Amino acid sequence: MDERRLREVALTPDEYKVIVERLRRAPNEVELGMLGVLWSEHCSYKSSKPLLRRLPSSGPGVLQGPGENAGAITIGEGWAAVFKIESHNHPSAIEPYQGAATGVGGIIRDVIAMGARPIALLDSLRFGPLPESSRHFEGVVAGIGGYGNCIGIPTVGGEIYFDECYTNNPLVNAMCVGLVRTDELMRARAEGTGNSLMLVGADTGRDGIHGASFASVELDDNSSQRRPAVQVGNPFLEKCLLEACMDLSHTDAVVAIQDLGAAGLTSAVAECAGRVEGAGAVIDVAQVPRRERGMTPYEVMLSESQERMLVVVQRGREREVESIFNAWDLTSAVIGQVTDDGLLTVVDGSDQVGRLPITLLTDGAPVRRLVGIAPDPPFGLEIDALPPLADAGGTLLRLLASPNLSSRRGVFRRYDHMVGDATIVPPGGDAAMLRVKGTKLGLAMTTDCNARYCHLDPHLGAQLAVAEAARNIVATGARPLAVTDCLNFANPDRPEVYWELEETIAGLAYACRTMELPVVSGNVSLYNESFPTRGEGGPAQRSRPDGVGQSAIYPTPVVGMIGLIDDYSKRLGAGLRAEGDFVLLIGSSHNDLGGTEYLKVEHGHVAGRPPALDLTREQAVNRVVLAAAQSGYLHSAHDCAEGGMLVALAECCLLGGIGVRCPAVRPEAPLRLDAAFFGESQSRFIVSVTSRAMPEMQSLARRHNVELSLLGLAGGDTLEFEGQLKLTLAELRQAWDVLVP
Amino acid sequence: MKFGVVVFPGTWSDRDCGWVIDQVLGAELTYLWHKDTDLKGCDCVILPGGFAYGDYLRTGAIARFAPVMEKIGEFADRGGLVWGICNGFQVLCEAGLLPGALIRNASLEFRCEWTNLVVERTDLPFTSKCGEREVLHAPIAHGEGSYFADPATLSRLEQRGQVVFRYCDATGRVVPGANPNGSLHNIAGIVNARGNVLGMMPHPERCSETELGGTDGLKLFRSVAENALQVLVS
Repeated sequence: MDERRLREVALTPDEYKVIVERLRRAPNEVELGMLGVLWSEHCSYKSSKPLLRRLPSSGPGVLQGPGENAGAITIGEGWAAVFKIESHNHPSAIEPYQGAATGVGGIIRDVIAMGARPIALLDSLRFGPLPESSRHFEGVVAGIGGYGNCIGIPTVGGEIYFDECYTNNPLVNAMCVGLVRTDELMRARAEGTGNSLMLVGADTGRDGIHGASFASVELDDNSSQRRPAVQVGNPFLEKCLLEACMDLSHTDAVVAIQDLGAAGLTSAVAECAGRVEGAGAVIDVAQVPRRERGMTPYEVMLSESQERMLVVVQRGREREVESIFNAWDLTSAVIGQVTDDGLLTVVDGSDQVGRLPITLLTDGAPVRRLVGIAPDPPFGLEIDALPPLADAGGTLLRLLASPNLSSRRGVFRRYDHMVGDATIVPPGGDAAMLRVKGTKLGLAMTTDCNARYCHLDPHLGAQLAVAEAARNIVATGARPLAVTDCLNFANPDRPEVYWELEETIAGLAYACRTMELPVVSGNVSLYNESFPTRGEGGPAQRSRPDGVGQSAIYPTPVVGMIGLIDDYSKRLGAGLRAEGDFVLLIGSSHNDLGGTEYLKVEHGHVAGRPPALDLTREQAVNRVVLAAAQSGYLHSAHDCAEGGMLVALAECCLLGGIGVRCPAVRPEAPLRLDAAFFGESQSRFIVSVTSRAMPEMQSLARRHNVELSLLGLAGGDTLEFEGQLKLTLAELRQAWDVLVP
Repeated sequence: MKFGVVVFPGTWSDRDCGWVIDQVLGAELTYLWHKDTDLKGCDCVILPGGFAYGDYLRTGAIARFAPVMEKIGEFADRGGLVWGICNGFQVLCEAGLLPGALIRNASLEFRCEWTNLVVERTDLPFTSKCGEREVLHAPIAHGEGSYFADPATLSRLEQRGQVVFRYCDATGRVVPGANPNGSLHNIAGIVNARGNVLGMMPHPERCSETELGGTDGLKLFRSVAENALQVLVS
């Protein structure tokens, strides 16, 4: 077999050998293309599969774990939350607007396929520093808004980080949350021999061919030639598709719905059939509605045209389904049938053009046993060598203005975050919260990951991402329920990257297991790495900003989490609410300066160990906040994250429009003043309470053995630590609200 | 009293308007499909927010040709209450039921944020529950909400008092800093000369419950519910 041809379909000679052995013949062109896309890392998880099994995926309330279009968990009152996060990194690097837009479109279809109505979107984004990366940043933000605003699903959360390591490889991870009655939850299983397979929605074009394969290789100088592999989104069409699919629930003629995403029709049919023992399918490409003339069966099977769904319909009831799509002026066509031969047979009219075992497509890719080797540890941090804090106020202003900490208002106001009349905690604080209409239930949601921590210690960094997400949920008064994860890594063929992947998954598994958070869905994106020097011979150097290299991203395991509050009238915001309230710090502070924003902004280092994490203490602190919220003691709650206590306190002031007066902080040795203000010790919240609630708060904290300290009194229009800093809210806002970029 | 909420393909505020009418206000609700050719006996027709037909050409440009629009035109001619919100306002301008046009925001960006609106007409069936020059707190969510009209039209609107809502600061002062989209004269909503067709860019259906951040929008729904019958009778 021609090696060039194999490279085109992203198969290795060894993989080709396996195919020939299994088929006992050489695959034809169509079959080779189909195997190429389904055996891509993006579809087959061949490098990460053995590791992913370590993640806990079951638990009380889990209705659907990994393996379906999205995960599902019961939230009470007959409702289930359906959610998943997915990457669209490679397309966004090449074509930021369409890459991000179709990433949003794809994750929405995953939720629709479960029978759920999508209610919210979140986007976890990473870029190189501005202004150099403004093409990526502007394009991605516009693409997310362009799609989400048009389709009418609120974008309520996410993150934006800037770091040199994402300059060539921006990350765009989109999460969608939906709601469905538990008894209407659907699964994309091709049940029932003889049932019809209908393709609905957009016509099929040549766009996106080899998208999945493209997402499974490193970007290089020629990547812009891959631009045709990036699809173009049509949110209006998807809105119609969404409503039509919701209307399908009125009929029992539909057996299953499957999204067409990466690897298009090939993947949709194979996955749908693969979920049913012994099931197969016949597809007639001649029946596929097309928007271009002269498309070959190969192109039809591999097209990644957006806004299409595969619907399994009971035989004889196709008309009912067709009429529902007709009402929305959408095309639908019967393109094949479910069979019981375990084969995917592709015909073009009367000619057979391909025939492959379903299991070969879905499970045949040889698992790649890669080896992880720990790289040299990152630079250590000699804390005692750091100069003492000279000007707390100046440092605070610089941190508030730093691109990673400044207000995201300038971005969120470009997204419709209110449509749906359900957003009851808007973006900009900790987690967002949406009400489940007709109930008192509030669904909190967030995405989190500090990749700098993960770079310094992937095992700990992954745990910190889980803990941070949980704290963001808890800060709204909701209890964490379940997780979806998006694992973004560089090229795992290099042992140090594979080691990062191993360590990260172990860390995630440990934290999720300890905190009883099932991981019900997720996605892996590898090869987020580019080699500008490729072709100059020798193994490419890893060149991240720490000196270890510039073209490989930090390990970035984004944790998407949802949480639940039974009575949303008890929800909390981050902003201070009333003058005269006591402002308290829950949790204890240590010299956790490693990997902090303070260290990077003020001292120019990314070094040291990330903040220590004790999951038992973490949970104790969460219990205190949740119990206090439940009892109605709290007026506000905000977690201490990047930038430490002082940045968190400034955010409480800015979000609430109320100042705080505090006595000077006099940390007890060995705690340093800079660590007390800007250290990123974990398991800490800033809460505000009325003076009357103080005794209860103190006894609650004692009962859980959690440290509680009074920071100051809410009031006025300055943030003041007597003799240490005094800044007006206007000064703080001017620094913070820089409206990136 | 029966509200009809029009659904074009691409409309998304239909369900939010329906929620407020049905669940918050407790009034009768029916949805009107864009292909419908009768208004099912509605007393007030709402054209809600969204991207009708994708708005790929120009906002509202295709929607005006929908079968239901012909009936809505006739209904308006008879004095029936027609209320366009966001995309609905754009459709009403395209359909010639209201003067002027909505063009791209001055920022050239989509804007979703809270605004303040001063109410300049309280004698309308849409605003009778509002106080004189009351300041309403209501969110916007649009990319093309900058109100534009030629000088003659604009001065006619002003002379006849057809400007119903203007973007203002929290104290009710109409200042440039309070204008989120570059609308001429800070215009956020206008009514036709007869007073039965209202168009506004802000979303009253997003501020009709305390948990969503305010209830000022409900004043408009309440006004309509109370007045619609009287208008039809008169």
